[in-house]
Amino acid sequence: MADLTTRFLGIESPNPFWLASAPPTDKEYNVRRAFEAGWGGVVWKTLGAEGPPVVNVNGPRYGAIYGADRRLLGLNNIELITDRDLETNLEEMARVKADYPDRALIASIMVPCEEAAWKAILPRVEETNADGIELNFGCPHGMSERGMGAAVGQVPEYIEMVARWCKQYYDRPVIVKLTPNITDVRKPAEAARRGGADAVSLINTINSITSVNLDSFSPEPSIDGKGSHGGYCGPAVKPIALSMVSEIARHEATRGMPISGIGGVTTWRDAAEFMVLGAGNVQVCTAAMTYGFRIVEEMCAGLSDWMDEKGYRSTADFVGKAVLNVTDWKNLNLNYVAKAKIDQDLCIKCGRCYAACEDTSHQAIAMTPDRMFEVIDAECVACNLCVDVCPVENCIDMVPMSAGSVDPRTGRVVSPDHADWTTHPNNPMAQAAE
Amino acid sequence: MPAQPQTGPVAGRLPADTLARNFADLHSPLSAHEARVAADRCYFCHDAPCVTACPTEIDIPLFIREIQAGRPETAAREIFEANILGGMCARVCPTEVLCEGACVREAAEGKPVQIGLLQRHATDSLMARQGHPFTRAARTGKRVAVVGAGPAGLSCAHRLARHGHDVVIFEGAPKPGGLNEYGIAAYKSVDEFAAREAAWIMEIGGIELRHGQWLGGEITLETLRDEYDAVFLGIGLSGVNALGLDGPKVEGMHDAVTFISALRQCEDLSTLPIGRDVVVIGGGMTAIDCAVQAKGLGAETVTLVYRRARERMGASRFEQDLAAQRGVRLIFEAAPVAVEGEGRLSGVVFERMGEGSEGLAPTGDRFTLPADQMFRAVGQRLGDASGLKTVRGKVVTQGSGRTDMDKVWAGGDCGVGGDDLTVTAVAQGRDAAEDIHGTLTD
Repeated sequence: MADLTTRFLGIESPNPFWLASAPPTDKEYNVRRAFEAGWGGVVWKTLGAEGPPVVNVNGPRYGAIYGADRRLLGLNNIELITDRDLETNLEEMARVKADYPDRALIASIMVPCEEAAWKAILPRVEETNADGIELNFGCPHGMSERGMGAAVGQVPEYIEMVARWCKQYYDRPVIVKLTPNITDVRKPAEAARRGGADAVSLINTINSITSVNLDSFSPEPSIDGKGSHGGYCGPAVKPIALSMVSEIARHEATRGMPISGIGGVTTWRDAAEFMVLGAGNVQVCTAAMTYGFRIVEEMCAGLSDWMDEKGYRSTADFVGKAVLNVTDWKNLNLNYVAKAKIDQDLCIKCGRCYAACEDTSHQAIAMTPDRMFEVIDAECVACNLCVDVCPVENCIDMVPMSAGSVDPRTGRVVSPDHADWTTHPNNPMAQAAE
Repeated sequence: MPAQPQTGPVAGRLPADTLARNFADLHSPLSAHEARVAADRCYFCHDAPCVTACPTEIDIPLFIREIQAGRPETAAREIFEANILGGMCARVCPTEVLCEGACVREAAEGKPVQIGLLQRHATDSLMARQGHPFTRAARTGKRVAVVGAGPAGLSCAHRLARHGHDVVIFEGAPKPGGLNEYGIAAYKSVDEFAAREAAWIMEIGGIELRHGQWLGGEITLETLRDEYDAVFLGIGLSGVNALGLDGPKVEGMHDAVTFISALRQCEDLSTLPIGRDVVVIGGGMTAIDCAVQAKGLGAETVTLVYRRARERMGASRFEQDLAAQRGVRLIFEAAPVAVEGEGRLSGVVFERMGEGSEGLAPTGDRFTLPADQMFRAVGQRLGDASGLKTVRGKVVTQGSGRTDMDKVWAGGDCGVGGDDLTVTAVAQGRDAAEDIHGTLTD
């Protein structure tokens, strides 16, 4: 069984699965249960400044999106940072860290953008012996209206400024948690690096309204007939998070900066995907909130088995393995030609590929009166829609054409050489091939 | 030691709670959540095979999508537009050989989408929560006579009424519904569904229902043709085929349809006599319905004997398995040749049959089943054809049910296109109504 021990910013944890700063990590009771269940680390739910804590709504905090059989696909929440007293949180953190020295414990912090505020809280956090801090520049709801959370994360100058204060007044690793509610996630990541932050974590939740009640016309979750946008998370946001992680992993100004991957991690496989795209570890929330802490057993077992299959002895062996394969569209090989191929033995004749292709794509699938579906190679652009809508796994395959064969759609011979948009004759900006 | 069950037809063989269980709804309805889960399994196939397999061509993927989207009543309107008896068809259709048999998930996994139960969920939702979903067109002043208030007649009458025609249904029996009311197993139509459905269909308005009116008796085709602008015959098959067995005249021999009809109209099943050793002859749905219900009333042994091989049986495999599960013994390739008994039936002699190049032939190999009651379910035939051209005992029709007689249409089991299915009768009644409407408004 592969060793899942992971070092992130020098912080060792028995596995790369941390619980994200969120409701599951709000207090000692939950965190002890999480560690007993096997979680490698915990980012304690965000601490606010000393004084009267924030308050939460007293009605629903969450809204949901479902797939078949009420499988939770997306969750949004309007819960704020911890609504418990700072001292209580600090005492509990210190106790838990003392009892679980082998687990990572990170303090998430959100205080106003004033140097004094950060200068005040950082030594208090240090006293808990927490392994590091995460700056919550991500929460899109509530706190952002007060100039914190995502309101900071959307202004790179603020990120840089606060990160610098933190490095100045705190000796342990500083992680900046990024908001996805921004046009280019590389900018705040660059700012974090300029400010001296040791890592970024992303994504925080996405502005969202999960649904609208068509009787009361209130957005959900509804508080006395009104709703406010919440932060969207869960399996539905994973593709957005993967893309943002990869952007930071491959961007020149941020390359090599450690990343803690967050956003819809539900199984070991999601974690592996984040990690090969450059995340040194992952943080999980919605999956735990949906199924409870025990899911970490599946995550550890699955990741370990996969590593054994691939011959990886440590998570460091595969972190970032896919980053080089993420590129700009302009670099994609236009000489790569594929054609859809339907396995007639597996085909159950539902005709979804036909409807999709005929109605919305390239009219490249023929249907016979006895419901045989065949790809018309002369029309097929290999768009993959038929594969995506086919209910049978592996029934339709995208088969690359071998070099030297003739693409019946274009009549051109398939070239073995790479050719992309940068050299394409239709591109007015193309560099002439020398 | 319990007493030996008494021979001969005896009432009250089983306690009331066992009877209630034996005649309870065959398939329990889906809850709203179960329906959403079941609906989620539909692939929304292109040119869906289930629709092709449905004689009324209900747009099944569309109505299932409407259930999935949280609108069972919208789904029901979709169903009723094609099949006004969609509620009954959801209960009695042999879906395993129709829509569900054609479902691509049947081919893929042996687990089709539960189309029948989904259809029932939709139609029950609408019938429980809303009134009648259709309104009549302006009255045309045309009058149409519909003979028979079975599935074909009700379907035809409803469609005609929708188009604004005035319809009079002539029905011999005291209740509408035809075989739905009198001819199918009680566990397929619980809680008076056939009667409730017929009443709900009549809510369209413009339909008058007259009972005690038999064709060739109280009414004749000739007078109907004189008095009405068009006539639709949905008279079913009122005669019962005979067996012609050797042996003495004995008591205890019945027609399955009579037994089922009596059972369906019985207020208290503990008063209904049933034999100890029951033999049912036949291979269709009626034979299965008869055998399972005989067992349900408490017969100690029920044996269903069919002269051909299992594959040739009219009843679907699902029905066969249902009978076997309920304790009915199925014997194939054996035909009755004689009865035994003195005054009362005591046994039935069978001969094994072989399927040769010349067709079915007796083998000479005989056996006797002890029996104090025997039910014939070997098919029905047309009663009064009223001078219409017939072939193989069915009224000849062309196109949408046109007979060889001017102004007369026919459909359902009495016509050549009938296949003893409610859903086919509904389709034929509907299509004849459209043809009549087209003719009357030309």
